[in-house]
Amino acid sequence: MESLGNIIMYVIIALSIIVFSVMAVTTKKILRAATYLLFVLLATAGIYFQLDYQFLGTTQIAVYAGGVVVLFVFAILLTHKPGHNAEPITSHKKAQGILAAVACVVLCGVALFSFGRFCFKTLGGGTDVPMGKLGMSMLSTGSDGYLLPFEALSVLLLACIIAGVVIARRR
Amino acid sequence: MELTLLMYLIPSLIMFGCGIYGFLTRKNMIAMLISLELMLNAVDINFALFNRFLYPGKLEGMMFSLFAIAIAAAETAVAIAIIINVYRIAKNVDINQINKLKF
Repeated sequence: MESLGNIIMYVIIALSIIVFSVMAVTTKKILRAATYLLFVLLATAGIYFQLDYQFLGTTQIAVYAGGVVVLFVFAILLTHKPGHNAEPITSHKKAQGILAAVACVVLCGVALFSFGRFCFKTLGGGTDVPMGKLGMSMLSTGSDGYLLPFEALSVLLLACIIAGVVIARRR
Repeated sequence: MELTLLMYLIPSLIMFGCGIYGFLTRKNMIAMLISLELMLNAVDINFALFNRFLYPGKLEGMMFSLFAIAIAAAETAVAIAIIINVYRIAKNVDINQINKLKF
């Protein structure tokens, strides 16, 4: 039996994900779209905390809510004029867009319900991931080690920093 | 009442559908990038969910989510650099107006 607080948290998270992701793609003002994206990302961090993945939730808040959304807001303010008389962002070919989205959702839903014996699994006991285990597995070369992707990722991040500076530099 | 895997998958599925709709219908480059972030985020949730519900005690899905978050951040940084450069050249970020590669 789930505790009542957990269920209330789940309802809040699920509703805010659904409502804010719909609003993020339908709103007319782009700064509001970025704000709704922030709410969706924070609700996602809430899901990670509910699954006992504290480190993943913290990373989600730090990287997405702290980094990516700020980057979006800076880019929007650099390329648009905010305020009441800002020109609204428009959507084209709404019917096709809705059709494609609904087709994808129906396809995934059918796949879930036809293969999904696992769909009704419930959350097992607390298997929280200790930070020590996480760090050791990130830097080990054994069978459950992630040293190679970790290093590849750091090289990728360096390349992206240099690429961002080079591309956005004023010539 | 128990919280099952399906109850977490449904918001993630709706988030992915919204991402597809926004990516296909928006004409502003930054709005398209926001929709792309929605889709990536839905996939991250699924990795963590399947890991936690089906194989608790293992780390593969969570690690995949971590790496996906880092790569998404890097991709956003490069995309925004490109968008700002396009804005500097073409003075807007509407993909209907940008029809020349070199000025």
